[in-house]
Amino acid sequence: MRIQITFRKTNAMRFTGHLDLLRAWERTFRRSGLPLAYSQGFNPRPKMSLSSALPLGFISDFELLDAHMESEIPLEEIMVDLERSLPPGIEIRQIIEVDRHAPPLQKLLIAAEYQVTFLDPFPQIVARIEKIIEAEELPRIRRNKPYNLRPLIEELQLIPNDKDGRQRLKMRLTAREGATGRPDEVVDQMGYDPQATLIIRTRLIFIEQ
Amino acid sequence: MEHSPQSIQAKLERILPTVQKPGRYTGGEYNQVLKDWGKIPIKVALIFPDLYELGMSNLGIAILYDIINQRQDALAERAFSPWTDMEAALRESDIPLYSLESKHPLSDFDIIGFSLPYESLFTNTINALDLSGIPIFSADRNHNHPLIIAGGHATFNPEPMHPFIDAFVIGEGEEVIEEIIDTFKAWRIKGAQRSELLLELSQIWGMYVPSLYDAHYHPDGTFSHLEKRDSSAPLPIIKRIVAKLPPPTTNLIVPYIDTVHNRVPIEIMRGCTRGCRFCHAGMIMRPVRERPVEEIVQAIHKSLEATGFEEVGLLSLSSSDYTHALELVQRVRDEFHDRHLSISLPSMRIESFSVKLMDALAEDRKGGFTLAPEAATERMRNIINKPVSTQQLLDTAQAIFDHGWTKIKLYFMIGHPRETMEDVQAIADLCKAVLKIGRREVGNRAKVIAGVSTFIPKPHTPFQWVPCDTIEQIEAKQELLRRELRGNGLKLNWNAPQETMMEAWLSRGDRRMAEVVYLAWQRGAKFDAWHEHFRYDLWLEAFEAVDLKPEFYTHRKRLIDETFPWEHLSTTIRKKYLTEDYLMSLEGLTRVDCRQRCFACGILPTFNELRRANPGDVWQCPEVKSKKLSTKEILLQAK
Repeated sequence: MRIQITFRKTNAMRFTGHLDLLRAWERTFRRSGLPLAYSQGFNPRPKMSLSSALPLGFISDFELLDAHMESEIPLEEIMVDLERSLPPGIEIRQIIEVDRHAPPLQKLLIAAEYQVTFLDPFPQIVARIEKIIEAEELPRIRRNKPYNLRPLIEELQLIPNDKDGRQRLKMRLTAREGATGRPDEVVDQMGYDPQATLIIRTRLIFIEQ
Repeated sequence: MEHSPQSIQAKLERILPTVQKPGRYTGGEYNQVLKDWGKIPIKVALIFPDLYELGMSNLGIAILYDIINQRQDALAERAFSPWTDMEAALRESDIPLYSLESKHPLSDFDIIGFSLPYESLFTNTINALDLSGIPIFSADRNHNHPLIIAGGHATFNPEPMHPFIDAFVIGEGEEVIEEIIDTFKAWRIKGAQRSELLLELSQIWGMYVPSLYDAHYHPDGTFSHLEKRDSSAPLPIIKRIVAKLPPPTTNLIVPYIDTVHNRVPIEIMRGCTRGCRFCHAGMIMRPVRERPVEEIVQAIHKSLEATGFEEVGLLSLSSSDYTHALELVQRVRDEFHDRHLSISLPSMRIESFSVKLMDALAEDRKGGFTLAPEAATERMRNIINKPVSTQQLLDTAQAIFDHGWTKIKLYFMIGHPRETMEDVQAIADLCKAVLKIGRREVGNRAKVIAGVSTFIPKPHTPFQWVPCDTIEQIEAKQELLRRELRGNGLKLNWNAPQETMMEAWLSRGDRRMAEVVYLAWQRGAKFDAWHEHFRYDLWLEAFEAVDLKPEFYTHRKRLIDETFPWEHLSTTIRKKYLTEDYLMSLEGLTRVDCRQRCFACGILPTFNELRRANPGDVWQCPEVKSKKLSTKEILLQAK
């Protein structure tokens, strides 16, 4: 059976990279005793994948894991066994069964939504948002390659301050293969130090099937 | 400024996103133990003074963490050395070194225990004290400061660290840690002076409190003797051992990030009966004690359930010498074959039996097969007492390639006593001979990797008298190997000779070396085990500043009757035994495995009562029948 787990990644887990997160899931399954499926061959790997790599340090409310199991098990049972075995920093929101032959999630992803909290006051925030929205082109360089950030920003708007009075905004960025917007680069484009922010991925958006 | 877990946590939020691998500094991993700080009287911080990735792979820390946290009245938390970017960020933001679990500054703990498995951690130890805002010198600390203790293999000669550490543990920590905590607790209830605590600690078997002694030297700079400052201080200090290995620790912390050994470590036996003359561990870890197969198998089950690790390491100094090696491997294979588990059995002897063992275990042969001949000629291997014939080595290599491995790693050392350039040339020749066998068996996929380190004479071994090679000698030998070991299928790894020098002068250093360590640290030496950080020039400057010569410690040939500055720390192996063994090596004479014949190294006379109480397979030493002296009497009389 093939399952899809929606989970949160928080606390210390946010400093765990993509491969280490996969390993944390593998160990969670191993502790739970659930029959995770492995590939054949000399060096068997667990049959599972994560939807979209999250930059180190980001919190996420919306991560997806795709995993194959060797046998059919009721979803409630899977939920109980996994919750008992989860490391701190992973919270399961939902588990559903998906068709064994459905395409991998990465192929269906089109966009992601983020919420950015500014740890220091940012008085020019409104003007900077406007400037970005009005720009025709935002040329930048990532890993020595020039690219245009503007078309990757689908939505950028201020939202109410958090309970500590810190400013926040919400953005929706394109997330297709070869065209992925990064929220820290948007923040940098706004003229603010991305390291003085807290970034949460709030949603992944997929093509409707 | 007062630091609290809250203030540290708040500052960390800002700096963690700015440093490399922040996962090193967060704590919060699966199976970490976080107790209620306010309700636990004795708080211990365990520090491995190198990166998280190394420290989390250290079995000693894991064992002590588990033992302490099982107590109702104590807690243990962890700390590691921050990498230089994090250290700069901590100092910049005025954050002291903190524990990963509760984020308390280390200065809030009652006891801080450093793990010192090797000498290149000395400067990091001082740096950790400095980052914690704790006085670096023991003499400057008062009752407001934590008790600073240290243990691990490097503390069998702790003199270069004597002014920085309040008390050293010489030997095994499993039992002594409990006694330290009990002693500390009783002392605090009494409300006595710190000096009284140190005196009480010195009465515990295996504890060395350096401030209770003064060192004296001859006019030529060699060590004369150690003088007690307090009549009740023990001399010599007998190393601590556990009579019987307790069941393995199974409740291991599962790191979020990758570490050097990301696996379940199970020690199958402790000690080694082979008696290789260069081997520090082989001398200081006697007697050989084994764990029963059943206990090991149960521990694997339990730890896999508790951690989910996908790899198990069955550890010892010489795995194929474990009495029930084949039975263990078969049991492990039968019980875990369908668990997608990789099981490693390092430190195999050079014989076909090892290939049989590995064959029964390994599914994945990518990692290659490792053998450690240590020297390439039979003459040299006799000198170091690792007598294996070249034919046996080649036959073993043949068996390895026959069984489907394509890569063999061969570990050698250059700089053994009485080594000639012909012996070094033989390393290259032997590697090529092994490659030739590989080519015949598996064609061009065959690979031979030669790891050639440089021999460093270690205290408490039969080679403690031997001069270390000079940089020039080492460079000439390495140059020869680089010239010879090139081409398809051959790879050579070696160590920078300057790094070898540092380890060499620290290994056999005396108390005067402490000032060198301190000044080197002051000038910026840290992470000395890391090639990119090691600064030979800083060390030489430090030597110059205190008017000591590195050559005195490294290249000087010690006289056969010289008294060594580490002799008051007794491994219980008699000096007479070491002297004989050294003299035998000069003649090219070997000793057989001491399970075949006891050479009365000193272990049994000292610990005969423990042996009697633990008969049979538990120890590999001969049985002790008659009662002669009590342990207490022996501890008093031991020499």
